[in-house]
Amino acid sequence: MQVKFKVRRFDPDADRPVARYDEYELEMSESNTVLDGLIRIREEMDGTLALRCSCRSAICGSCAMRINGQAGLACNTLLIHAIPKDGGPIVVEPAGNLEVQKDLIVDFAPFWSKVRAVQPWLQPEGPEPETEYIAPADDMQHLTGVMACIMCGACVSDCTVLDVDDNFLGPAALAKAYRFVRDPRDDADSSRLGALNEYGGVWDCTRCMQCVEVCPKNVDPMGRIMALRDRAMEEGYTNTTGARHAKAFSDSVEHSGWLDETKLVVKSHGVTNVKEMLKLLPVAARSFRAGKVPPLRHKSIPGAENVRRVFEKVESRDQG
Amino acid sequence: MPYAFYPGCVSRGACPELYAATLEVCRRLGIELDLTTMQSASCTGAGVLQEKNLRLGDTLNARTFAMAERAGRQILTICSTCQGVMSQANARLQDDDYRASVNEDLAEEGLSYNGTADPKHLLWVIVEEVGIDTLESMVVQRLPSLRIAPFYGCYIVRPSSDLKFEEHPEREDALERVIEAVGAQVVDFPGKTLCCGFPILTINETNSLKMVANHTMDAKGRGADAMVTPCPLCHLNLDGYQPQAAKANSPLSPIDVPILHLPQLIGLALGIPPKAMRLNSHIVSTKTMLSELALSP
Repeated sequence: MQVKFKVRRFDPDADRPVARYDEYELEMSESNTVLDGLIRIREEMDGTLALRCSCRSAICGSCAMRINGQAGLACNTLLIHAIPKDGGPIVVEPAGNLEVQKDLIVDFAPFWSKVRAVQPWLQPEGPEPETEYIAPADDMQHLTGVMACIMCGACVSDCTVLDVDDNFLGPAALAKAYRFVRDPRDDADSSRLGALNEYGGVWDCTRCMQCVEVCPKNVDPMGRIMALRDRAMEEGYTNTTGARHAKAFSDSVEHSGWLDETKLVVKSHGVTNVKEMLKLLPVAARSFRAGKVPPLRHKSIPGAENVRRVFEKVESRDQG
Repeated sequence: MPYAFYPGCVSRGACPELYAATLEVCRRLGIELDLTTMQSASCTGAGVLQEKNLRLGDTLNARTFAMAERAGRQILTICSTCQGVMSQANARLQDDDYRASVNEDLAEEGLSYNGTADPKHLLWVIVEEVGIDTLESMVVQRLPSLRIAPFYGCYIVRPSSDLKFEEHPEREDALERVIEAVGAQVVDFPGKTLCCGFPILTINETNSLKMVANHTMDAKGRGADAMVTPCPLCHLNLDGYQPQAAKANSPLSPIDVPILHLPQLIGLALGIPPKAMRLNSHIVSTKTMLSELALSP
């Protein structure tokens, strides 16, 4: 079959280094991947095309890039799945949120420095055991989900927070942090969670699920970030807007069955946070003028006591 | 068969205009809504409750699903976030052992979930049940002068597996097809399936406002007169915080892109008066946009 590619090119050594798109068309087989196509372009049509790849089996994590606007591994994306319905070219671009060095190659230095920042090594306390550290099989089984990460950077590429804020640790590093917080042999949970509770940590995630969608290994980084939020709150890190928001949200549903939006906003900032309360005034005034206000008195749903009972039952399971 | 109408918290709170527009549009499209069955259903948890306790969220949603099953109805929602959270919970609740265990905590209320719920957003009901052709045939005022940017947000597109995109490929471009059906022009832009910033509004306002500014300015730059969204939370941020977003990110010029709720756009084409859909109760005025249609808010 004839396949068209449209590849984003960038040469830092060019006289005028600006990005451009080059188009290529070649005969490929239906069993071929996007990476097969790119390698053939480089070998047969344009030797200047720069890309990273190694194992071609979705193990090494080298060939993450954007294919039709979404991050993924070029080596496990079949051409037949990538060819747009309208018959247009397959658009191939470098991974996002990392600086392009040349064509499809991006600078991974910030990626690694964020992974290092979560201290991705075991920090056990107490006397060393005579033989190896023993961990229950169930715990390690659970952790295989995160250990499946091949550090390809697809999640980082498409993270909507990194798009506006370089300071965010990002899905890959936070998933790695979860791996150590949940490891039964690690004893640094509290200090780890304290660090993750800071600006740029777990609370800055928007829950947009881009990382969940694009991860080629089903690591579910966002799910891990949510679990870290829960662990941080359990550990006593409750003095953040995020933690207060989660608590106020839960309280509202528990007591009335649904959301009391006004109370939620006030409680998230902290009732005594005068500065934030003052900042809210113009927003509230504008909403009021437009007629966009929640009911003044928040009424419970009919049978709200049944919702409360569900809370009690499920929460007593956790304690039991 | 009427749908069990699940309006979500926001259309009964800060977005009453969405609720009003939905009732008007459903009446004209012949989508019957049962307004009572879901009255005692709780909030889905919106992903926030799930941060604290995933099982608790699943149990509350199983309770809602069981109520719909008992009434012999399918659920219709008008909130993408409710849709996403319900779809995710429903996917987990297809596991028989897990569902049986969750049902233990609903037994006292006499409820039990059998796994048959299939909650659908109004957008999907229109595309899959009413049909785009039928919608098109009911249009009384085509809107050819309007250039509309679709904004899906997150929860109605990801994770695509839980939302059954493979089974329902029409969900991928449902908004664009509705925009075309009402005779308006689609303004495509890459931000349409990204985050509006609402979930971190109280946590990291700077980032949240940047997201608002990026999306609205990009859509405007591509010629959009307005944006349409199936998510009231996206509306709250993109509309309600657009003035602040402009102040922080585009100090020299206002952005002024009206953010329409899905049924408001459809309603305009069905000839529903703007006032009945409360198009006058937006933060970013819809006046200029409506005047192009020779209407006033």
